[in-house]
Amino acid sequence: MVTYTFVLLAVLAISSALAMILNKNTINSALFLVLNLLSVAGLYLLLQAQFLAMVQVIVYAGAIMVLFLFVIMLLNIDEEKDLFNRFRLKYLVVFLLGVVVFGQLLYSIGGVTEMLPEISPDMEYIGTVEAIGEVMYTNYVIPFELTAILLTAAVVGALMIAQYKVNKTDQEQV
Amino acid sequence: MIGIDWYLALSAILFSIGVVGVLIRRNAIVIIMCVELMLNSVNVTLIAFASYHGDIAGQVLVLFVLAVAAAEAVVGLAIILAIFRNNLTTDITKINLLRW
Repeated sequence: MVTYTFVLLAVLAISSALAMILNKNTINSALFLVLNLLSVAGLYLLLQAQFLAMVQVIVYAGAIMVLFLFVIMLLNIDEEKDLFNRFRLKYLVVFLLGVVVFGQLLYSIGGVTEMLPEISPDMEYIGTVEAIGEVMYTNYVIPFELTAILLTAAVVGALMIAQYKVNKTDQEQV
Repeated sequence: MIGIDWYLALSAILFSIGVVGVLIRRNAIVIIMCVELMLNSVNVTLIAFASYHGDIAGQVLVLFVLAVAAAEAVVGLAIILAIFRNNLTTDITKINLLRW
């Protein structure tokens, strides 16, 4: 049963990722990315990370993708009409490069799987909110605070960059 | 429970698709979305290792990756907005102000 669910979710994730990069319409790409993120959230559930699956749906598929769709609709971008109309040498090179990256990843992670420790079933953590929060607020409290600072800085920086007529206010101050 | 190899292979495939997407697309927004896809595939690897090692620190690391991905998306989209105001395009082949 777990195997069937994994195969279903994995095929859904891979096909939606392929559809995302091959689609000419930007909004369709964004919606396919949402589908990909949802199927990956299902994989997290298979790996007993319930809290992260919920966070994936809420933060990624909810908040970040709504931000993407906002920007796409705000900018009113044309479709890439000449994406695959004619064959280009570039696509062949890119495909070969992708195969090289894939082989390198498989080579580097292939040897790791034999070094896994033997764990008993009661040692397996279930990724509930309590289990993650207990570790995060004791051992990892400083990285957590640094993440808060990073998010604040990112929001302030994004406001600065995207502000309309930022040059004019600078000249007025001078 | 199925083997960890399957999760690692899936993550490698998703990462490679992200790399190919970054290289063939010319729309800057789609390129940022492909970067999100790559970050997401790394999260799959982290959670798989955390689950098979019985160590929950990997799941905490995934939360930090999520926060960094959110910050990256926000700043990247703000930069794209600022470029679009000046150039009226998000095509990266037409944004060549700094090209030698």
